[in-house]
Amino acid sequence: MSDSRGGRRDRPSSPLAPPLTFRVIRAVFLTLLTGFVLLPVYVMVTSSLKPLQDVAGRFRWLPSGLTVRPYIDIWHTVPLARYFVNSLIVAGAATAASVVIAVFAAYAVSRHRFRGKRLFTVTVLSTQMFPGILFLLPLFLIFVNIGNATGIALYGSRGALILTYLTFSLPFSIWMLIGYFDAVPRDLDEAATVDGCGPLGALVRVVVPAAVPGIVAVAVYAFMTAWGEVLFASVMTNDTTRTLAVGLQGYSTQTEVYWNQIMAASLVVSIPVVAGFLLLQRYLVAGLTAGAVK
Amino acid sequence: MSTGSRVSTTSPRLRRSALPYLLLLPALLLELLIHLLPMVMGILMSFRRLTQFFIRDWSRAPWTGWANYELVLDVDRPVGEALLRSFLTTCLFTLLSVGLCWLLGTAAAVFMQESFRGRGLLRALFLVPYALPVYAAVITWAFMFQRDNGLVNHVLHDQLGLGGPEHTFWLLGDNSFWALLTVSVWKGWPFAFLIVTAALQNIPGELYEAAALDGAGIWQQIRRITLPSVGAVNQVLVLVLFLWTFNDFNTPFVLFGKSAPAAADLISLHIYQSSFVTWNFGAGSAMSVLLLLFLLLVTAGYLLVTSRGRRSRHV
Repeated sequence: MSDSRGGRRDRPSSPLAPPLTFRVIRAVFLTLLTGFVLLPVYVMVTSSLKPLQDVAGRFRWLPSGLTVRPYIDIWHTVPLARYFVNSLIVAGAATAASVVIAVFAAYAVSRHRFRGKRLFTVTVLSTQMFPGILFLLPLFLIFVNIGNATGIALYGSRGALILTYLTFSLPFSIWMLIGYFDAVPRDLDEAATVDGCGPLGALVRVVVPAAVPGIVAVAVYAFMTAWGEVLFASVMTNDTTRTLAVGLQGYSTQTEVYWNQIMAASLVVSIPVVAGFLLLQRYLVAGLTAGAVK
Repeated sequence: MSTGSRVSTTSPRLRRSALPYLLLLPALLLELLIHLLPMVMGILMSFRRLTQFFIRDWSRAPWTGWANYELVLDVDRPVGEALLRSFLTTCLFTLLSVGLCWLLGTAAAVFMQESFRGRGLLRALFLVPYALPVYAAVITWAFMFQRDNGLVNHVLHDQLGLGGPEHTFWLLGDNSFWALLTVSVWKGWPFAFLIVTAALQNIPGELYEAAALDGAGIWQQIRRITLPSVGAVNQVLVLVLFLWTFNDFNTPFVLFGKSAPAAADLISLHIYQSSFVTWNFGAGSAMSVLLLLFLLLVTAGYLLVTSRGRRSRHV
């Protein structure tokens, strides 16, 4: 990520190498920290390749025999594919909706002067700090009551879940996009306006293209957050709309916990977001840190 | 903030002044629907006796005035006592978690400021806890904390012989606090690392060169230049970490299920449990409103104190 803006951001190497004690302490600290970070990853990967008797008994560092069986069984023990699709739809729709709506709102805030602007930005910022539990109870009751009044089954539907995901993805999309749009030079869209573009034309033809990396970063971040959401998913879903966050609990039965399958499924559901994150990390990190560092 | 005033002559004045509001309209409508309406409703709900019998039509739930607040604030009775204990647990937990996250993140950022072989790879690795979906990561920790087949007890008891041959319960009883703290720090410190790293990259290199010329060693440079320079960033970082940790629901929920052990009963899960397990939505709403007031007070106070400091330092 430091490479994104060239060597300027790196501390220039001093003429003398750091003293030995510094290097020793650094090596010890970073080794321990790496171990702490990677320990669960090691457990996840190795346990996902163990036969069931290995994960049911005393923990073993190395599998007694490697097997890919868990990776086959995860799809049958619970309807993992359906949960996967549900998560994709819900996270994808919430991401698309919040990014599109946020593009317009952030453009208004970044480029226009209007009454209530400060109120709007403060409101957006402050809703980010409220816990989800605050919105969960009322939204749950709203959906149940609308369902009873009109017969439309909102509660348990994917649409309702998508709407609840906007409670967290919309504010941070707006917030991060304001930052990205502010970084696009104003001269660009002013020139476009002078050249005959309407204000919307300037947004679509100049500002959005110039901020594409930022918009992609916001989208990936929104998707990651929605992909990992547990609270709303655990209350607002039913058997057919269940997402991965809730579905993974299905590998525990009354008598047995299929830990090897849980680890295999965890790995499978993690790969899309971790890959996306690592691919786009320099954009993501730039966006995440810009607000805090400025 | 100002668009070119040259433009105003070419487009009608009215359209120009309406435009920002049109752009904001979808966001405004949604904000009303998903934030404002639920918050108003939550406040109204907290004044009603809203139990499972009224879920189908909440407007029929009897109005009870301040009864829910009296119930959840009365520390001599079980509901209030449990809420107070959950609140204090959350405060202590947040203090320790934020402190440790900040410490680990800052130390790692400072140690990795100087270039060395493998630094890029380490940076990517350190982001893994941040990138993993919460439920996948925390469920792995839950497996590691299992009493009989978990890694933690295997290492502590079987391999190191600490604490005797009897395996410890990590997800039940008092030890659950430490299990939750471990997971929370594991998940939270990379964010501190990211933010502090970004802040360190804004320090001009000349400062270090000048200090080196004056004979300052690396430890002195860290103490005199590096750490003071991240001060302003720390204020935002600590506030964000505080809010995330204090409001965290996902970690205890995945680690313990719907009801956490008393020693690790964080406030969000406590409200969830009061509402969706014991079906007392009125009391749950009252707790939510109190939580909101607390968060607003803390944030406002914090911003007031830090912005005063920041203004005086012209940052």
